Amino acid sequence: MTIGLYHPGRSPLHRASAGAKVAGLLVLSLALFLVPSEIVVFASVPLAFAVYLSTGVPFRSLLAQLRGPAILLGIIFAFHLVFGTVAEGLLAVARFATLILLASAVTLTTPVSAMAELVEWGLGPLRPLGVNPAKVGLAIALSIRFVPLIAEEFRLIREAQAARGLAANPLALIVPLVIRTLKSADELADAIEARGYES
Amino acid sequence: MRHCTIRKRGRETRMIVLEAVSHDFDGRPVLDGIDCALAERRIGIVGANGSGKSTFARLLNGLVLPKAGRVLIDGVDTRKDVKAIRRKVGFVFQNPDHQIVMPIVAEDLAFGLKARKVPKGEIDARIDAALSRYQLGHLRERPVHLLSGGEKQLVAMSAVLVTEPELVVFDEPTTLLDLRNRNRVADAIDALPHPVLVVSHDLELIAGFDRVLMIEDGRIAADGLPGEVLPFYRERMR
Repeated sequence: MTIGLYHPGRSPLHRASAGAKVAGLLVLSLALFLVPSEIVVFASVPLAFAVYLSTGVPFRSLLAQLRGPAILLGIIFAFHLVFGTVAEGLLAVARFATLILLASAVTLTTPVSAMAELVEWGLGPLRPLGVNPAKVGLAIALSIRFVPLIAEEFRLIREAQAARGLAANPLALIVPLVIRTLKSADELADAIEARGYES
Repeated sequence: MRHCTIRKRGRETRMIVLEAVSHDFDGRPVLDGIDCALAERRIGIVGANGSGKSTFARLLNGLVLPKAGRVLIDGVDTRKDVKAIRRKVGFVFQNPDHQIVMPIVAEDLAFGLKARKVPKGEIDARIDAALSRYQLGHLRERPVHLLSGGEKQLVAMSAVLVTEPELVVFDEPTTLLDLRNRNRVADAIDALPHPVLVVSHDLELIAGFDRVLMIEDGRIAADGLPGEVLPFYRERMR
């Protein structure tokens, strides 16, 4: 299983700091919606694709990662076809495609730990309000870590049920999945404690 | 019940002392009046499922605090200074997927070092050294979920060893592994310079240890050299 996250490499984007990449992404995202020129918006798509390619991640992996977003873009376009015009649909798709490509380029080239540190730094000023930035950073890292674990648990439960002749039933899948995930979370909490983590 | 005579073998090491330790989970007793002092370099713990052996191991890292009695590691009471205990005692869990916290190998090794406030400049060098111990350098930037079971277990071990504990506790480290990976992990444990305590059903793994304890119904049912305890344990498991 692949998840659209950090891919090690030595591209210029890999070398850039997480803060600079996220700040750049924010500025470009805002500009994309504030700039009135449609030409600029349409021109941004190939540029964003070039940035995406510059990550150095194998082309096949890059394309595979775009399958999910492509469905989303299709839905956005269909929505505009029904409730708006083709031109509006194309413009919306161009904007979202640019955002998705740039955001993917950032996540592909930024380790989770660097992203978590950035979040911790960003939330620092909220400490007086009771926010614990270290815990938020850890929660982000754990959420990402859990994605493949939950997917694997799902596969095992589905296989176990299929082996017993049970048809796919959402409830019969979700209940054991939640129980097993909670158990895993409990053990992971023990491990975090055992490894000396103090928030 | 039989208690074997302890004949110490090998170099003595850090002292683990359990004094009248009892523990229960929601009223269900798991350990009952355990008294022992362990100073050998290689200690094995065996017992049936539910016998209390994993709880015994977890007491040593302060993951479980005894309801009665006390646990001392090198004279430090786990109840009084759990932070110091965590620095002294590394703990390797049965399932590396439940131990590895970060999505990338190097990030996970850095996790324990950051928790110990190791300077940033030192972290990379220590990660490289820890990974090279098991020829895992090529996995440094690899996503953890793409590793094999054996690689994950070795990464989990490396993540503990990188923090330089004085004692390493393993809770069934080979249970989930195939034979090749089991052998890799067994060799890795064997080569460790650290004192280790291993809870295991893998009797071959602990056959060459200095001392083995058999736990049964929350009590030490046998204690001695592997050659004495393991045949007794096999007999009890019939």
